[in-house]
Amino acid sequence: MNKHIKVPFSKDELTDLNAGDYVYISGTVYSARDAAHKRMYDTILSSEYKDENGKVLYEKGVLPIDLTDNVLYYLGPTPARDGQVIGSAGPTTSSRMDKYTPLLLEKGLNGMIGKGKRSEQVIKSIVDNKAVYFAAVGGAGALLSKCIKQSEVIAYDDLGTEAIRKMTVEDFPAIVVIDSNGNNLYETAINNYFCSLNCLE
Amino acid sequence: MRTINTDIVVRTVRDMCINANLYLAEDMENKLKNAADNEDGVLGKQILDQLIENLRIAGEEKIPICQDTGMAVFFVNIGQDLHIEGISLTDAINEGVRQGYKEGYLRKSVVGDPLLRVNTGDNTPAIVHYDIVPGDKLEITIAPKGFGSENMSKVYMLKPSDGEEGVKAAVLDAVKNAGPNACPPLVVGVGLGGDFELAAKMAKKALTRDVNSHSSHEHIAKIEKELLEEINNTGIGPGGLGGKITALAVNIESYATHIAGMPLAVNMCCHVNRHVTKIL
Repeated sequence: MNKHIKVPFSKDELTDLNAGDYVYISGTVYSARDAAHKRMYDTILSSEYKDENGKVLYEKGVLPIDLTDNVLYYLGPTPARDGQVIGSAGPTTSSRMDKYTPLLLEKGLNGMIGKGKRSEQVIKSIVDNKAVYFAAVGGAGALLSKCIKQSEVIAYDDLGTEAIRKMTVEDFPAIVVIDSNGNNLYETAINNYFCSLNCLE
Repeated sequence: MRTINTDIVVRTVRDMCINANLYLAEDMENKLKNAADNEDGVLGKQILDQLIENLRIAGEEKIPICQDTGMAVFFVNIGQDLHIEGISLTDAINEGVRQGYKEGYLRKSVVGDPLLRVNTGDNTPAIVHYDIVPGDKLEITIAPKGFGSENMSKVYMLKPSDGEEGVKAAVLDAVKNAGPNACPPLVVGVGLGGDFELAAKMAKKALTRDVNSHSSHEHIAKIEKELLEEINNTGIGPGGLGGKITALAVNIESYATHIAGMPLAVNMCCHVNRHVTKIL
């Protein structure tokens, strides 16, 4: 089913999404991948985050963005040329974020855009916290960049491509892979495909 | 003896980095278009159509095909009758990478140390494999390698008794384990024989072959064809969302091995299988 959705979104809104839905996402999403996840995770659990001169940028437990209701996009783009909002901007493999994800979901994160499988712990946390996991098409970074209308680095600038960006997206295409009930499209897609062949007249 | 200066190596490598990341080789692009025409999975077909549209936008607007513009991997064949003057050849290749990744607006995806993980800022160092060959030419192949697929690669130290069936089972196991993570449709590079490290190197080199080519060994070419069919019968499909095109090709490179062993390496590559070769 094709759906147009606005983000950030509430728990009530996202529970309408089902694994297999094809969605066009509009609104605000934040880029974060490996290094930004590690830094947020460490900041929540154990330490303040200082810059290279020792100045405290974020106290323990204080993140550069409020995760509540928000969506993270697992992305490290190529640099933009003059006149471009952003460079190539497709999803990276989500499983590397699995270690950090349950804690971020507990902090109010409602959605993630990436590609590929998630761990059992992440799926359980998605259900427990009522969240949703989307996949975008891996390797279509040029195409997906056209759906990003604004992009600004708002934290962790020193991480380069791995910095956190606030991005405005319009009709960004993605597929609901794991919904808030724990239904997992990667588990059912192959059977659905074979079934579709057998059901052909 | 023929002499070339490393200045031309720097310029050539710079241009190769940029071109490899903006334009997919014709054999790969045609294979993808053919796949889109044949895919019968609904989501799979939708994804392949997006990938073809992505290639068009990348080329026209000079936006890299994929944001993971890779670690720069090179296979360099040095003619033994060629004299190279200037700086060291490896330094020249790294300078070309430095310039290409900057001037081409490519992503800098390399950290200087696997544990300390500080980005080197210019995508160096490259990984360079050298071979000495007859002649007086310098043949440079670049294969920028993304790590979504690299991370799903495997080495198996099979036993001689595992035979052809063992080889096929291991490759299929690697593909199924990779599932959606390696961005199917895949090109599957396989190194069979040699020793531990040669198997892995052959698997990577196999990815640089023309996607329509087959091993010159008849029995190996047969395994390539049969494995491609078996992989495409899994139903994993484009994006891992169901379909009949899970892989575009299986390329196997093979070499002599020890009486006690049968090393097998599977190097996964996504549909953005980039490689460019230049002869100087």
